[in-house]
Amino acid sequence: MTSQGIILSGLDGDRTWRLADYVKRGGYDALRKIIAEKIPADQIISEVKKSALRGRGGAGFPTGLKWSFMPRAFPGAKYIACNSDEGEPGTFKDRDILRYNPHSVIEGMVIAGYAMGCERGYNYIHGEIFETYERFEEALQEAREAGLLGNNILGSDFSFDLFAHHGYGAYICGEETALLESIEGKKGQPRFKPPFPASFGLYGKPTTINNTETFASIPYIIREGGDAFLALGKPNNGGTKLFSVSGHVNKPGNYEIPLGTPFSTLLEMAGGVRGGRKLKAVIPGGSSAPVLPASVMMDCTMDYDSISKGGSMLGSGAVIVMDETTCMVKALERLSYFYFEESCGQCTPCREGTGWLYRVVHRIENGLGRPDDLDLLNSVTANIMGRTICALGDAASMPVQSFVKHFGDEFAFHIEHKKCLVPKDVQHEGSKIYVA
Amino acid sequence: MLSPESLKKIDREIAKYPPDQKQSASMGALRIAQEEKGWLASETIEFVAEYLGMPAIAVYEVASFYNMYDLAPVGAKKISVCTNLPCALSGGVHAADYIKKKLGIDFNETTADGQFTLKEGECMGACGDAPVLLVNNHRMCSWMTEEKIDQLLADLKK
Repeated sequence: MTSQGIILSGLDGDRTWRLADYVKRGGYDALRKIIAEKIPADQIISEVKKSALRGRGGAGFPTGLKWSFMPRAFPGAKYIACNSDEGEPGTFKDRDILRYNPHSVIEGMVIAGYAMGCERGYNYIHGEIFETYERFEEALQEAREAGLLGNNILGSDFSFDLFAHHGYGAYICGEETALLESIEGKKGQPRFKPPFPASFGLYGKPTTINNTETFASIPYIIREGGDAFLALGKPNNGGTKLFSVSGHVNKPGNYEIPLGTPFSTLLEMAGGVRGGRKLKAVIPGGSSAPVLPASVMMDCTMDYDSISKGGSMLGSGAVIVMDETTCMVKALERLSYFYFEESCGQCTPCREGTGWLYRVVHRIENGLGRPDDLDLLNSVTANIMGRTICALGDAASMPVQSFVKHFGDEFAFHIEHKKCLVPKDVQHEGSKIYVA
Repeated sequence: MLSPESLKKIDREIAKYPPDQKQSASMGALRIAQEEKGWLASETIEFVAEYLGMPAIAVYEVASFYNMYDLAPVGAKKISVCTNLPCALSGGVHAADYIKKKLGIDFNETTADGQFTLKEGECMGACGDAPVLLVNNHRMCSWMTEEKIDQLLADLKK
């Protein structure tokens, strides 16, 4: 965990997550300021707009704009939801935020509640991180006891309560309407949109959903101002961002750096490619983002616009590094299996298509590929994309398209020679258990 | 059907949601029920449904949709190893193979003595800690080298 930023800086692992530690770091100053100065909601939203904070969960949508969609005058219940259902392969930043700096998320959500006129929020926490869920529950209890949550926060007439909802193993619940269904105690199947959650969300009420890291960025923006946050990054890409670096690097982990930092610098921070081997490919934004060959990636800076220009997406900031020992067919086979396994089954193109993608890549990997299989893969992806309720179908298709596009030679070699271009023992050696 | 302790925990889950939205607690209630019973039998699911005032089928839908619920008996210790791509690049498959060899079982199998069940997990959101595995859904074990796997299995057998 390395930080040149605002969320993970000044932390000491498991020792500094409590309320008292957070307050020492300036925690809850932003909320106190809002309450003491009775800052109008509009002003908070315009500060967030000014910061150019963009959704940290993957879509990169401007947060201030999203907040302005909430019908504040709408009478009755309105909700805030935090998306901590972090299950996109390669992404592991929200877990560190929740276990090492949980109060930053709580404060961000309380401020969001104030700005959008909501009295209740839920934090949806990924099923597999139960220990982190329990810690967040403890942090909520601390905040309640200190009068930072609940009725009449800090003696004001503003009331807001926040609860943790624990998932139980479904990637699809990271999709915001599936997440709402799941909080409602149902199967996590995405809803057809429109209506969007800002008009018909949790229990049919207006709801705004943001990612964990997005909420954790809010206290700084209110405390130091939107301009200060913007200045940490680059225009249209405000702030610092957490990057989860995994795969073939010497020091996997989370790195919080200014948006716009060159990829080569991030790679260096992560200790470089393991064993001094040659970089082959990088998935820059979580498994759903198109893969980029080393040569393209080395020219990118880590921000929404540069990665998009390079032909991929910054997504959640999950950087999966693959070196020359990687078989790209095998890598894609594993990802395709994941989407096949996690498709919720609601839309036919995704339910059936993800199965097709996995089976075809599987047979190529296992020496049973047919000459027209690459065309078949492209045809299946074309028939999934844009034809489903949610983005999981696109997420399953983009890796297939990009792996075939950039590493078509390897797929063709597999089909023609019934074996891998990278010898099995080299692959095996390259991906063994590694301890830094 | 469930212990008073479990019911108390379920009541805490119910209190998180608006009074007319008790069904929101179904996920938490099933987790708590599974913790007590080891797995979710039909009668356990029916009991949870009745407790929450829901149709049994609605609770069954939840139990069958989320993959950490077990609808069939599993070993006393369920080990789920992540083999997804980021983990696979960093020893996830090696770790799974090592556990298979040590326990003499494959994925989705249980040892003859009923002690261990092995599962292939999907992304646990801890890729930087690879190889990663979960014990009984709730305990995450990071950087599982062969030595650490030996130690873990020895501890779990006690």
